[in-house]
Amino acid sequence: MSLIRNITLKIWRQDGPAAQGRFETYKVDSVTDEASFLELLDVVNENLITEGKEPITFDSDCREGICGTCGLMINGQSHGPEKSTATCQLHMRKFTSGDVITVEPFRASAFPILKDLMVDRSAFDRIIESGGFITSPTGGAPDANLIPIPKPVADAAMDSAACIGCGACVAACPNGAAHLFTSAKISHLNLLPQGQAERYKRTEAMVETMNEYFGSCTNHGECEAACPKAISIDVIAIMHKDYRKSKLKNRKELARNK
Amino acid sequence: MSNWPTLESKGFSSKIPKGSVENKWLGYKEDLKLVNPNNKRKFKVLVVGTGLAGASAAATLAELGYEVEAFTFHDSPRRAHSIAAQGGINAAKNYQGDGDSVHRLFYDTVKGGDFRARESNVHRLAEVSVNIIDQMVAQGVPFAREYGGLLDNRSFGGAQVSRTFYARGQTGQQLLLGAYQQLARQIGLGGVKLWTKVEMVDVVTVDDRAAGIVTRDLLTGEIRSHSGHAVLLCTGGYGNVFYLSTNAMNSNVTAAWRAHRRGAHFANPCFTQIHPTCIPQSDETQSKLTLMSESLRNDGRVWVPKDRDEKRPADQIPEEERDYILERLYPSYGNLAPRDISSRAAKRSVDSGLGVGPLKNGVYLDFSAAINRLGEPVVEERYGNLFEMYERISGENPYKTPMRIYPAVHYTMGGLWVDYELMTTIPGVYALGEANFSDHGANRLGASALMQGLADGYFVIPYTLGNYLAPMLNKPTPGVDHPAFKEAEQAASARYTGYLNIKGTRSPDYFHRQLGKIMWDFCGMERTTETLEKALGEIPALYEEFQKDLRITGGDGLNMMLERAGRVDDFFQLGMLTCRDALERQESCGGHFRAEYQYEDGEAMRDDENFAHAAAWEWTGDPMQSIRNIEPLEFEAIHLAVRSYK
Repeated sequence: MSLIRNITLKIWRQDGPAAQGRFETYKVDSVTDEASFLELLDVVNENLITEGKEPITFDSDCREGICGTCGLMINGQSHGPEKSTATCQLHMRKFTSGDVITVEPFRASAFPILKDLMVDRSAFDRIIESGGFITSPTGGAPDANLIPIPKPVADAAMDSAACIGCGACVAACPNGAAHLFTSAKISHLNLLPQGQAERYKRTEAMVETMNEYFGSCTNHGECEAACPKAISIDVIAIMHKDYRKSKLKNRKELARNK
Repeated sequence: MSNWPTLESKGFSSKIPKGSVENKWLGYKEDLKLVNPNNKRKFKVLVVGTGLAGASAAATLAELGYEVEAFTFHDSPRRAHSIAAQGGINAAKNYQGDGDSVHRLFYDTVKGGDFRARESNVHRLAEVSVNIIDQMVAQGVPFAREYGGLLDNRSFGGAQVSRTFYARGQTGQQLLLGAYQQLARQIGLGGVKLWTKVEMVDVVTVDDRAAGIVTRDLLTGEIRSHSGHAVLLCTGGYGNVFYLSTNAMNSNVTAAWRAHRRGAHFANPCFTQIHPTCIPQSDETQSKLTLMSESLRNDGRVWVPKDRDEKRPADQIPEEERDYILERLYPSYGNLAPRDISSRAAKRSVDSGLGVGPLKNGVYLDFSAAINRLGEPVVEERYGNLFEMYERISGENPYKTPMRIYPAVHYTMGGLWVDYELMTTIPGVYALGEANFSDHGANRLGASALMQGLADGYFVIPYTLGNYLAPMLNKPTPGVDHPAFKEAEQAASARYTGYLNIKGTRSPDYFHRQLGKIMWDFCGMERTTETLEKALGEIPALYEEFQKDLRITGGDGLNMMLERAGRVDDFFQLGMLTCRDALERQESCGGHFRAEYQYEDGEAMRDDENFAHAAAWEWTGDPMQSIRNIEPLEFEAIHLAVRSYK
């Protein structure tokens, strides 16, 4: 264990959704390299309270990189410099003494700032509510082993299902697009046999809800680089393919229902 | 010693159905009162918490046609702490053909809980465990599969069969997302109204039954009443009373505790689980501890050097100079001995100076034998994401050097007392999942928390709730303009303004840390009369300081320190009750280890004559004066035995 000294933090402070924001500078004399980045902010907040000032508002919960609650732009990168790592799992050993670190909230027009570093990501929930599920009311499920699923299919579905819904992909995208988030859920469910019945209905509904809130994809690939779960942008291709098909299939089904 | 009043004498029945343990749930379902599908929409159910228990209950009740409102303090139901469970979920499917059955899962769970759980509830849990797997697969949970496409299983502590279903090291995440998606569907359809970023701050009763809840909006500070026919508390456990635990930062006891203060008895708070495989604390600023899944003990071997002054790196210490503690002490279960037992073995090694790592505060969990036997790719396939997580936190590569682990607070078996129908001692207020006390006795087996949360939400409450609601059809219920709601709203406002007005010098985190240290040192893995009495002297003194010297900067809108103040306040009161419960329970069982009560070999010594009961504490206005009521536990299907894993 060693100490990282003389850290300068430039942190975005904003009193409320409509207030004017600004950067404020905070100095930390020393912190152990074992501390996580959020624990550094805990230290700053403890000092602010001692000085009678209002602490910095930031979201965090599990601090194990799985709940997706935390998310900061650190030196312009979603979740900071370490690959495949959420903010809470970033440790101070990745920084050196004398560093100047800029901390901002995840910025996107679909993620309004609530206060300081906390943003509102509820648009993600609207996408899931529109179709990110398999309709399967409690009680009527057949035996779990009735539907064998080849291991590679189950594994691929799991790779997509690993998304933690943190919003790093949106914050990293120059267009503020949510294609990686949406397509991760679509490919998780569309790859599985259980997801086939609603495959095209789901895809159409989710993509169109996504488009109500978020920007377009222009294949920058920043989302994949920022994803703490390293979800591949291949899933976006799956989504596009299924969305295109949905426009034909859903129309046919509608015609048949008439 | 047995002069505690029984719950029965106070008018509370555990409502255990008649008949043999195998037939109780079947018989209950045949006799229960039903609500006609068209009448369900006349009942409003308030579900507090949206983890596995809450999300599954809210979604299922909405599917049945009830009007449901769900409340979470997170920004989305998908963030609930169920998401952090890693290893798996048990079910008596016997897909491996290794001798598993409902009875065996039932037996393992009762024995694992050191014979301090209610038989009837545990049997029901084992029965519905098989339905859970079916339900979750139908929803698209990507459980691990064999190459033929069938479901794979792994082994967990306290069982000699492979009955644990898993999705890599992210089983909790995948199950929660499954339940969340089902809930999201109902939100989209209008069956559930969801309130995010609100915290329940009080339960309101009128004529001694549930009338609704009061919430505080975390973004605006607004205090608001919600009326309903029934309230379901699915708000998780209270492990954060220890400050450092594997729980999420915001996990708290507030909803359960405020219900307790309104008349819901709190059972067995001293039954807290210390998980053996967590990453040891590394420094003073640490805000939480991280669990390494118990599944790692399938292939990892726990050991310490035999020499206290050992300085060599792990891989240079020869076999004969290592002590594989669990394999030596518990040959038949080996590294898969249950959590309480494994934790104490690690603690004894560290206490006797054999600890490893820079602070000598851990034991090794070594995978080199598995890597030699299976090859690195197989080990990576099984535990890759856990190894990465470990490396990110500790800076060490577990493929090369053994992990260092140490026990940490993880789960709480105690919680609100509930009857067979999951109803607390307040009619119409229910507790589900970790928030209740019912299924795990004094120790929970690995991969059983997910099972219980989903069992309660999917397959128990949808049946038992109707039994309460049916007789209330078309009867008037109090609305939010009832004086009881106004009184509760005013009390809630006064509480939070009170914190702001103290204007002392210390933050809520400061007090939380101090409280946690007292709890861990004096009411942690090992407890004695002396340490507990010490804690009961120190906690009230610190609580008084909290009430005089707390400092909250900022206002009563979005203010995370103000939220925390309320939670720490409740932890203080719960901490006192926990220590009192631990002091009164003069035996060792499961996670509750009283140093005075142990066999010569250091195993826990139960006292079935005097303590084969659940303690249900009744609020009197002061946690130091709460009344201890008991529910005697009767074992009909299982004979009480010394719990041996040797």
